[in-house]
Amino acid sequence: MATDKRGNKINLEQVRHIALLARLELTAEEEQRMLGDLEEMLEYVDKLNQLDTGAVEPTAQVGEIGAAMREDTVTNREDPASILANAPAAREQMFKVPKIIE
Amino acid sequence: MSAHEEKYEAVIGLEVHAQLLTASKIFCGCSAQFGAPPNTHVCPVCSGMPGVLPVFNRKALELAIRLGLAAHCRIAPRSIFERKNYFYPDLPKGYQISQYQTPLCAGGYIELPGENGDAARVRLVRIHLEEDAGKNIHAPDCSLIDFNRSGVPLVEIVSEPDIRTPQQAGAYLRELRSMVRYLDVSDGNMEEGSFRCDANVSVRPRGAAALGVKTEVKNMNSFRHVEHAIAYEIERQIELLEAGERIMQETRLWDPDRGVTRSMRSKEYAHDYRYFPEPDLPPLIVTPDLVEQIRTEMPELPAARRARYTAELGLTPYEADVLTQERELSDYFEALLPGLDNRKTAANWVMTEVLRAVNESGRPLAEAVPAPAEVGALLKMVEDAAISLNAAKAAFAAMCKSGKGAQATVAELGLLQVSDEAAITAACEQVIAAEADKVAEYRAGRDKLFGFFVGQVMKAMGGKANPKIINEVLRRKLAAN
Amino acid sequence: MTTDACKLTIAQAQHLLRSRELSATELTRACLDRISAVEPRLNAFITICHEQALAQARDAERRLAQGDAPALCGIPLAIKDIYATRGVRTTCASKILENFVPPYDATVIARLRAEGAVFLGKANLDEFAMGSSTENSAFGPTRNPCDLQRVAGGSSGGSAAAVAADECLGALGTDTGGSIREPAAFCGVVGIKPTYSRVSRFGIIAYASSLDQVGPFAKTVRDAAILLRSLAGADPADSTCSTRPVPDYERALNGEVKGLRIGVPKEYFVEGMQPEVEGAVRAALRHYESMGATTVEVSLPHTDYAIAAYYLIATAEASANLERYDGIRYGLRVEADNLTDLYRRSRGRGFGAEVKRRIMLGTFALSTGYYDAYYLKAQKVRTLIKRDFDQAFARCDLIVTPTAPTTAFRLGEKMSDPLQMYLSDIFTISVNLAGLPGMALPCGYDRQGMPIGLQLIGPAFGEETVLRAGDAYERSGAVTRRPTVV
Repeated sequence: MATDKRGNKINLEQVRHIALLARLELTAEEEQRMLGDLEEMLEYVDKLNQLDTGAVEPTAQVGEIGAAMREDTVTNREDPASILANAPAAREQMFKVPKIIE
Repeated sequence: MSAHEEKYEAVIGLEVHAQLLTASKIFCGCSAQFGAPPNTHVCPVCSGMPGVLPVFNRKALELAIRLGLAAHCRIAPRSIFERKNYFYPDLPKGYQISQYQTPLCAGGYIELPGENGDAARVRLVRIHLEEDAGKNIHAPDCSLIDFNRSGVPLVEIVSEPDIRTPQQAGAYLRELRSMVRYLDVSDGNMEEGSFRCDANVSVRPRGAAALGVKTEVKNMNSFRHVEHAIAYEIERQIELLEAGERIMQETRLWDPDRGVTRSMRSKEYAHDYRYFPEPDLPPLIVTPDLVEQIRTEMPELPAARRARYTAELGLTPYEADVLTQERELSDYFEALLPGLDNRKTAANWVMTEVLRAVNESGRPLAEAVPAPAEVGALLKMVEDAAISLNAAKAAFAAMCKSGKGAQATVAELGLLQVSDEAAITAACEQVIAAEADKVAEYRAGRDKLFGFFVGQVMKAMGGKANPKIINEVLRRKLAAN
Repeated sequence: MTTDACKLTIAQAQHLLRSRELSATELTRACLDRISAVEPRLNAFITICHEQALAQARDAERRLAQGDAPALCGIPLAIKDIYATRGVRTTCASKILENFVPPYDATVIARLRAEGAVFLGKANLDEFAMGSSTENSAFGPTRNPCDLQRVAGGSSGGSAAAVAADECLGALGTDTGGSIREPAAFCGVVGIKPTYSRVSRFGIIAYASSLDQVGPFAKTVRDAAILLRSLAGADPADSTCSTRPVPDYERALNGEVKGLRIGVPKEYFVEGMQPEVEGAVRAALRHYESMGATTVEVSLPHTDYAIAAYYLIATAEASANLERYDGIRYGLRVEADNLTDLYRRSRGRGFGAEVKRRIMLGTFALSTGYYDAYYLKAQKVRTLIKRDFDQAFARCDLIVTPTAPTTAFRLGEKMSDPLQMYLSDIFTISVNLAGLPGMALPCGYDRQGMPIGLQLIGPAFGEETVLRAGDAYERSGAVTRRPTVV
């Protein structure tokens, strides 16, 4: 796993990029703390590299598959009121957001 | 453009999203129907409420396999859904459930009808399943989100960059749309958004092997828009290159009002979709039995119909192409055929009379013209010489308006031809007796007068005599001396 | 009788309700009274459903009177506030869902509702089930009923504490890396995490979907078996839920462990473990031998890699699962004049520190250039860990280990060091990665009087073996449950 010249696995710029990807506003203080915590975690998980997994298939799921598919029938009743009941802002039975610029 | 055309070549790949013809959404039991009031076809699953889970719609799988088989794809025995992560208000979960590393269908091709019957192939990269997003409605002061479309099942059909001209792009789309409609996979309605196309366009100097920098053009909602937008984009890119500038890899929106493409401002943030396997859905297992079952139930496709029309019915490639573009029209044509000897007449009839009636009425085929059985009966009367072709046209026009049957209409309008040879012979003898001078001239060698006699006999019989029999009788009578 | 009714086991209450010696309303009232008395000190609940609970109790009474009431009719339960409950706010202990009222029930909630169970309220947890102490709750930490200065464990700390303090007869939790078993051990109650896919996840607010599993807390193994039977089974709304028939778990409790081969993984007795924990577990193993079971040393060689694999897989899945909290359709919204800022602020202020940390790690692990090195690598190690268990279960029927390396730690002790907190799940996490059933039950107390938890791990769908062995141990009287301090 990659490290930079100083042996760090992540830098502040990457923390900011990841925070933007995840749409998380972090204060300057939070950014610094996050940098330290992530560095520590990434160093810890580095131990996985002790294992040779070249010939190993990944496991994404465990357990048994259930009724994997449903039949094509409309089963839901219309209930827009319950769908909109928790909306922070709504208008004309739609969810309201700041104007989207394309 | 022509100087440019010699110097540059465009490389075009198309990504088509087609809405599958299911009753319910891909992962929940909400209706997938278009046009309902906002947020009525919405439940906790397709509005992304906490803790809910998707359950895959079996019909969506069958329809996607049907299309995959028709496009000669390999159907993956095991494929998985993945999450494509990005934030957008119309994407309720913050990720779209799609397929990435293992699409359901891979490879394959679409055959385009060639002008001289020589078909061109556009290869496909893949066809995969995914869910649609909701719809953003833009108000002056804000945007409003309707999730009715969220979770509607889609297939994305990705072509290889095998297309070279805007016209070819149009031909590809028309063929693909015709296919999905033949297959009942999608209604292919571009206006309602159930058939959408994005284009990847680049240009390169003719003969160059390397690809140029591509742009992705979006927001084209008709075939004409697609052709115009691609033509504009090709020209724009060539002009940039000619001016020594560089082309930016970006997404551009087609502005149909101004006839230009423009850069999208909202994509200012770098995207990183972070695809990973969807843990809430089991792998999609497709057994050979299922594939075979779907294969045996496949309807005949436009390409196969075109081939059959030229080989078996003796139609020209052009006729075959016109008749097969819409499945409804093609089905109509075929429904006319039983009992008719002359297929060519039927084909011409559909291409002229039927299409004219549809265009003039502005209504769908089934409403605009009489049932095929009635029109077949009408054509049979022409074949049997019971009515003339012109009479049939008059009857057809009347039937389109009245909705009455062929027999009734022909009778009502008095269009039946007299084929009674005795009656015709009597009329011929009368004309010959009355026009002794002309008969003498004819017999002296003025062959042109033959038409005159036919006209006179027809006139005497009120225009309803069978012209073929008039001809025979007249020839016999005038020759006999 | 009625004032102490909250101390009953479910099996006892079932009998008294059916013999009409106790009414469902009396039982529910006893629990609500107990809740009023101890909640100021414990904070096991985020929301208490006084009126609804009493209404449910009255309905249950009618059904019981008619004589054909299902197993859980009239039984008062606490529900971890991660289960969607129709009409009752469901917060996941997060500010971002502080006022969210779901218009739907989780499948298991609907099932228990249909049985006539009584829902006393929504139990506290670590925000979005991310934590091992219930200190990461936007509604304050839950305290351990055995020592109010100590944590209840987590993430299902509220559920465990509520059962331990007799605020309810049983409770529902979820377990992604130990979130049922660790708090059960810390509070001295029974908690079982079933095989992945045994119980529907529909309506359970997702943390890490391929690891999350629903399970019960109870005062006895028998009660856990009764609850699990009602929870388990196929669900058309969850295509990762098994359609395998559900056994009658209670009938499996025959007290018999003769011939049972118990595997003891050497990797689970490590340095740094609290000596009393090791002592109690070893004593329990000897007790099993005395009852006719045999023990065999087994090896789970990849145990040491489980936490690293877990934190990459769980956080990657979580980073996607938590994208839906965007301030648009429900939940906290911090207004802004553009969308990106609306997202960033709503999420930045709505999520607590630990949740943000895990979203960041998961986003990083999936991002371009890092996917193979982190996420995919972790999935491959998951395969190795699963294989370890397959090999071990070729030699034994059940694996017995400690549940956690220590007893409950002090409040605040590990809050400043996330990695130390993560390490408290070292014995439970592998079980989630392999998707196996695991149960924690009390096997003694340390010098401070804090409970020690034994962990029984079964092969996939081996719940009956796990429950039978746990019940046999419990019934043999090896451990006497001590009263709590509240």
